[in-house]
Amino acid sequence: MTTTPRWRALTHHNLFWPVVVLVVLLLVNVPFTPDFFSIRMTNGHLHGSLVSIVLFGSPLILVAVGMTLVIATGGIDLSVGAVVAITGALTCSYISDQSDQSALSGVFFAIGIGLLAAVVCGLWNGFLVARMGIQPIIATLIIMVAGRGVAQLVTDGQIITINSEPYKLIGGGYWLTLPFSIFVVAAVVAVTVVLTRKTALGLLVESVGGNAEASRLVGIRSRRIKIMVYVFCALCAGIAGLMISSNTSAADGNNAGLWIELDAILAVVIGGTSLLGGRFSIGGTVIGALVIQTLTTTIYTIGVPTQTNLVFKAAVVIVVCLLQSPKFRAKAFGGRFGNKPGAKGGTGQPAVAPAQTAKTTEAAPKMEVS
Amino acid sequence: MAEPQPVLEMTGIVKEFPGVRALSGVDFRLFPGEIHALMGENGAGKSTLIKVLTGVYSLDDGTITLDGQPVQIDSPLQAQQAGISTVYQEVNLCPNLSVAENIFIGREPTRFGRIQWNRMRKEAAELVDRLGLDIDVTAPLSSYPLAVQQLVAIVRSVGTGDSDGAGAGTKVLVLDEPTSSLDRDEVLELFRLMRQLRDEGVAILFVSHFLDQIYEICDRMTVLRNGTLVGEHMVSELDQVGLIQLMIGKALDQLEELHDHQLRSDVGETLVKADGLGRTGGIAPFDLEIKKGEVVGLAGLLGSGRTELARLLFGADQPDSGKVSIGGKQVSMSAPNDAIGAGVAFCSENRKSEGLVPDLTVRENIILALQAARGWTRPIPASQRDELVAKYIKALDIRPANPEARVGQLSGGNQQKVLLARWLITQPKLLILDEPTRGIDVGAKTEIQKLVVSLSEDGMSVLYIAAELEEVLRLSHTIGVLRDRKLVAQIANGPEITPSRILETIASGEHQ
Repeated sequence: MTTTPRWRALTHHNLFWPVVVLVVLLLVNVPFTPDFFSIRMTNGHLHGSLVSIVLFGSPLILVAVGMTLVIATGGIDLSVGAVVAITGALTCSYISDQSDQSALSGVFFAIGIGLLAAVVCGLWNGFLVARMGIQPIIATLIIMVAGRGVAQLVTDGQIITINSEPYKLIGGGYWLTLPFSIFVVAAVVAVTVVLTRKTALGLLVESVGGNAEASRLVGIRSRRIKIMVYVFCALCAGIAGLMISSNTSAADGNNAGLWIELDAILAVVIGGTSLLGGRFSIGGTVIGALVIQTLTTTIYTIGVPTQTNLVFKAAVVIVVCLLQSPKFRAKAFGGRFGNKPGAKGGTGQPAVAPAQTAKTTEAAPKMEVS
Repeated sequence: MAEPQPVLEMTGIVKEFPGVRALSGVDFRLFPGEIHALMGENGAGKSTLIKVLTGVYSLDDGTITLDGQPVQIDSPLQAQQAGISTVYQEVNLCPNLSVAENIFIGREPTRFGRIQWNRMRKEAAELVDRLGLDIDVTAPLSSYPLAVQQLVAIVRSVGTGDSDGAGAGTKVLVLDEPTSSLDRDEVLELFRLMRQLRDEGVAILFVSHFLDQIYEICDRMTVLRNGTLVGEHMVSELDQVGLIQLMIGKALDQLEELHDHQLRSDVGETLVKADGLGRTGGIAPFDLEIKKGEVVGLAGLLGSGRTELARLLFGADQPDSGKVSIGGKQVSMSAPNDAIGAGVAFCSENRKSEGLVPDLTVRENIILALQAARGWTRPIPASQRDELVAKYIKALDIRPANPEARVGQLSGGNQQKVLLARWLITQPKLLILDEPTRGIDVGAKTEIQKLVVSLSEDGMSVLYIAAELEEVLRLSHTIGVLRDRKLVAQIANGPEITPSRILETIASGEHQ
């Protein structure tokens, strides 16, 4: 392992560690499931563990992408799980009232109602945070708690089941041999990237999160920006809610999207966006969400007892978070992975003592996999 | 006659921060029954000295003796237990609790683990009464104005030490800018309390930016400059001009030589007109006119209201009286957006907290103001953006000349240039520069001053704030002098205007 500039550029890329963790987690599965990486075609649909991971991870990716923008402004949105439940409940209960549950117009209208409810939730969160100046964690806690009540009110406390072919497509159907969810996710991610990087929205979001007072003094309408990201986050959660209820053809006000906000926040952090706000990375978040979904899959395939799987998950998350910390990397591996790009005089870092370099080689056998 | 024994003696105090020697061998003494002013400009080491004394910072060298005994103060709690109490500018009390609870919080009289509420209220009432204050100790603290809350904070601190009440425990009372947000009557009430405590033998260390207050209440003063002791004087033996000279470290005749007579004229018609613009607690209502292409410099000690005036003209703080018109049109100034829309730009003195977004790149920081004005839907086209950024990086000689560099890693001077570039790109009519040359090296300082001259020659108006009087005199057509949060004079610059004239105006509050 020589420290060529290219290698250095690679290890210092902000997606390096999330990708390493993802690859390692995927490889862990191979001894337990030898055909883990194989993808088969059955009945015109592609099947395989990798496809499943993306399919089951779809709602989380959606929620996490929305969460990324909220966190980038220095906020947080705890209400996404409840928004998932509300959207699913409203949409399914409307469809279940139709005489022909498969009528396209009814399904589209139902989806519209569900997403509108999500947008209203987002507006409420944004209003509380941006206009009323309530701390985001408190403001969004309101819908987190009350939202599930609303969802249960809509469903009368029952699990509403529906039988609608077109609606089933969103979360359980296939298109061009792939699960339709994957296309939905790809579209949302693409729209988000375009919206943030092709307009100035991303820059303004990062500025508001990076230094709120400076942003005010530079004339950024930060309230408007904040309301927008909360609405966008809720909309993403709404789409995830459609997907989850569509996948099971049922709306469960109690359990749909339960704790998804925590996984989403975790995905954002694993993806390298700081909870303090500022710089964000949509790509990192997608990888972070995939890491979490792969972890869940891995827990099942390697047969961790269900009673203890949360402990296992926690252990992996701790490792990932430590790897993300420049301070920890500096301590554990010495200078090679420790310093941030350009933190001290850019590329060359002659100050690393030989002893430390030796330690690095010992401590970093994991690196060989990339 | 032997001098009385000082209650507090600090000798050879050294405090270093990474890269800065905040205090180098400062001696300080405090006698019982005196009110002692600690003077110096911001950055002179006043607050560092206070924080060393109150245990917030540990000292790197030197000794502190209290009543002749060497003491080591490692935490604010230890300082309190040793008899050193502090009241800060912001009141650190609980507004939702009653006055009595606030006075006794953390040391409530208890019996068998239960708080003795009646005894607490009675003792609080006695303490308040003894100090001649008219406060209902059972009312919540928040029902009183800030000034009274400050008095309660003082009562609390003199009550500290023993739960049996009266100020037996407190030997030294530190008051750090207690008057900055009080009105005249409230200040008088505070002074009465201070005098009473002094007469009871408490040594009071008083920090204030208001020179008049120092001369009104203090007996003795210690002057610091750049972390060193300049001198200890009886207040009655040093006049205000002398004090200011000590604080800024230059004798008047020395200042005169530095004066640069290179003056420019030809300013255009009125651009900005402020009428009775003011903000309570910030700056008293003022009238100010800035003409097209004119440089108006603001002179005054730190804390005299220079920044506050500038912030009102930018809408960074909301004025509560008066109006502003720019280019003949009245501007509401309810937010920076209003001012920016009218062509005003503002480079804050606090580059880090109010200017830059350190995580973003040089390019992103430079285009931020222009982009904010365009709105998020209309990004600046990449080619135009890169061209603009490259142009200003070159024109202002920002180093490294790499638009991708994170701005947090640049040196102070280059960060200042990035801020300037950010606003110049928006082609403002009025550029407000608050301490643009603070903390940057000499080369960058000169460049920025030259830039101000050329901008004004091109017709841009500039409001220029600097601690260095020479700088203000060299650049300005008109000099506004501030003192005690008032704009006390506006002087047309000319060969006869010298730093000493300005100093006299600052000291006396009027222009002869």
